[in-house]
Amino acid sequence: MTVVDRSHLPDVGPDPAFTFPEILRHTLANGLDVRTVEHASIPVVTIVLQVEGGSGADTSDKEGLAAIVADMVDEGTGALSAIDVSDALARIGGDYDVDVSPDVTVFSLTTLTRFADRGAALLADMTTRPSMRDTDFTRVRQLRLDRLKQLKDLPTAVAERAFLRLLYAQHPYGHLPIGSDAALRQISLNDTSALHSATFQPSRATLVVAGALPHKDLLGIAAGAFGEWTNAASSSTPVQRASAIEPSEVAPPRLSIVPREGAAQSELRIGHLSARRNTADYPALLVMNSLLGGQFVSRINLKLREEKAYTYGARTGFDWRRGLSPFVLQASVHTASTADAIADALGEIEGLRGSRPPTRDELVLAKASLTRGYPRNFETAQQVARSVAQLALYDLPDTYFAEFVPKVNAVGADDVMKAATRYLDTAKLSTVIVGDRSAIADSLGTLGLGMPSVLPPEL
Amino acid sequence: MTSIDLPYTKRTLANGLDVIVHEDHHVPIVAVNIWYHVGSKNERPGRTGFAHLFEHLMFEGSEHHNTGYFPPLQQAGAQLNGSTNTDRTNYWEVVPTSAVDRALWMESDRMGYLLPAVTRERFETQRDVVLNERRQNYENRPYGMAIMAITGALFPPDHPYSWMTIGSADDIRAMQLEDVQAFFRTYYHPSNASLVLAGDIETPRAFDLAERYFGDLPPGTRPLPVIATASLGHEHRLVLEDRVELPRLYMTWLSPAMFATDDAELDLVADLLANGKTSRLYRTLVYERRIALDVSAHQHSRELGSFFLLAATAAPGQSLADIAAEIDAELDRLSAMGPTDGEMERGLAQAEAHFMYRLQTVGGFGGKSDQLNAYNVLRGTPGFFSADLDRYRRATHDSVRSAAERFLRRDARVVLSVIPRGQPALALAGSDPVSVS
Repeated sequence: MTVVDRSHLPDVGPDPAFTFPEILRHTLANGLDVRTVEHASIPVVTIVLQVEGGSGADTSDKEGLAAIVADMVDEGTGALSAIDVSDALARIGGDYDVDVSPDVTVFSLTTLTRFADRGAALLADMTTRPSMRDTDFTRVRQLRLDRLKQLKDLPTAVAERAFLRLLYAQHPYGHLPIGSDAALRQISLNDTSALHSATFQPSRATLVVAGALPHKDLLGIAAGAFGEWTNAASSSTPVQRASAIEPSEVAPPRLSIVPREGAAQSELRIGHLSARRNTADYPALLVMNSLLGGQFVSRINLKLREEKAYTYGARTGFDWRRGLSPFVLQASVHTASTADAIADALGEIEGLRGSRPPTRDELVLAKASLTRGYPRNFETAQQVARSVAQLALYDLPDTYFAEFVPKVNAVGADDVMKAATRYLDTAKLSTVIVGDRSAIADSLGTLGLGMPSVLPPEL
Repeated sequence: MTSIDLPYTKRTLANGLDVIVHEDHHVPIVAVNIWYHVGSKNERPGRTGFAHLFEHLMFEGSEHHNTGYFPPLQQAGAQLNGSTNTDRTNYWEVVPTSAVDRALWMESDRMGYLLPAVTRERFETQRDVVLNERRQNYENRPYGMAIMAITGALFPPDHPYSWMTIGSADDIRAMQLEDVQAFFRTYYHPSNASLVLAGDIETPRAFDLAERYFGDLPPGTRPLPVIATASLGHEHRLVLEDRVELPRLYMTWLSPAMFATDDAELDLVADLLANGKTSRLYRTLVYERRIALDVSAHQHSRELGSFFLLAATAAPGQSLADIAAEIDAELDRLSAMGPTDGEMERGLAQAEAHFMYRLQTVGGFGGKSDQLNAYNVLRGTPGFFSADLDRYRRATHDSVRSAAERFLRRDARVVLSVIPRGQPALALAGSDPVSVS
């Protein structure tokens, strides 16, 4: 037996070659943008339908409408009731999911290859011809109103709502997809049907089919199910496009608190509006974020968790959208350490912008952690299909995946500093605390951010 | 019927370490997954939470790489994590094929040489991090303390499932650095561990590397199995006040251990009761009568014995008593008449598909490497994938009906009402207040 040399770590060999999935684009006669990807690991197919709209299409008096439309999609179609739809999905072992995000709504169905045609036909019926029955609508809306009530007790949700509202004010990106109590009560079935007709159009959608079949069969599945879908007359109805609206320039308060008396921890959000997803500086921003707070071995997590033990974990990231997107730090910290944790977090952000530029080792680590394991993002058909849908969402080229690693590797320390200076501004960072106000009020004075403005649990 | 399987090769090193290899060359990554057969079931009252705190220390460095576990692996492009539950502690890395050596070097170093790196400062920091984890995931989360009240009532105080893996805050505060050494020597050694390499690696090379990095570690003594039993003689009704808007009802029963007779049947029962709009209780409580916002059911399969948990949140203004009555009526029907043919067909279709989906990823929690270790550690052989699916294929109308009748009994369960503070009248009648901290 060879004795292991424990005096130094084994070197890592050259990165293994990986061929990124080939994407074929097709346009059906009805204008639907279809993209197919062969993914031959196990006999499974994932179908992703991405529809332009999302919560950014909600007007200010109807916040929560797009999410209700998405909910109504599995509430019945044709002769099938909501129960029948659920039964049909179960009988093909379907893994169905819907995600309402700021710019788009994404439906995903994964099923066994032998059920792919059935699954696609069902998804097409559900998404393009939902029944929109009044009794289902009333139930769905009530469930969302009740859910909102529950969210008032969930510190993460309270912080998220308050933070978006402060950063975006009345901009359509300024609310969570679930919306508000007052708006949900205003929304009618007519509103729901109208937004569905206006947004669910072949010309406004992208369909991705990925799985263990040749391209022509994947295309056949798409065409068979979605080929008859037509652009309705109301397709000319304008839909609000959030990314085309500039957020106001008004700076939010530096420090806000949503009181939660007796809370065991303070839920924090710290950030400001920063960049767009399709900026050319994206690779530099990724590297910057990775070393600042985007991974376990980042400055902020090491400081707040591993050095100070203020929290179970702290991380930073960009909440990407097509329009101006927030940079945000999030952490749940021990009540007694709230002010200290905020001060340390702000100090780390400021440090990267000036006094403590990235070291060579930090830069190497941040880039390697983004690039070397990149192929693992393409392990399942669902990962592949969702990644391809993202290309459509952000108008990125099909060569994007192949170019990712070289672009990140080309980022230098200067690029990171430039990105930090340009896209982060400590003087503009807005801090939201959901926590025990009486326990922390005095210590917050030491931060130099002024008196905290007090917000209600719902905004 | 599709035939699906999870092929592997297994060898046991001279020091007792089980090594299991599964090849999958679709993506150039390798999953390294290690299970130690130790969890909170190996703790004793007054020392709860120790197995999990110990897991944290495994990421702080080891003798020959004494500066933190994450940096050399993240620099190699790895994704990594670990977790502790009642029965086992697992650690995993997913690395590019080019970094397998480094991952095995790191894992073997902490298996063999952890203690010199565990300092008082690191120990105390992680103790505080764990207290924060507990506050974040339990104390500061709506309904977060319910599960502690439930397990405390289901199991006798000396049964290790009566406490949560996270442990009690007082016990965590009282932990001492000295306890770490004894725990490591008892549980962290090759004969109490199982290693899987899955992914883009040839089987002979995988065994060579396992032998090379782990072969010279001393075997240690395999710990004695934990033996504990539990039974409920009557219905326990409890009430817990919490910072919540809406009351929620939890019903829990003791049930057969993981892989034992009726375990799969109760999984199917959970599905037909509360999984999806077609399920009986969703349909009655949420869809038709609209007296609940949500309902869930789950057979929590564990090594020493399982529990079956049903939960429903009351819609505003609706009573838990009304919800409990509907659940009881549905359980009576199921026990008397059994599942419908449609329910059996659906249950089987879903089981078949979900076993297929489980073959999609090599690493991480629930990936193929984690499954092979689960079967090896808890079942004694990694080759249980298709036999596991067969448990669901073999279930019949009668076996499902009978499992519901024998285990989901009204006279042997824990019924917990979680209610908004200061509103005790919202609990089920006859509930005793329970306090958890």
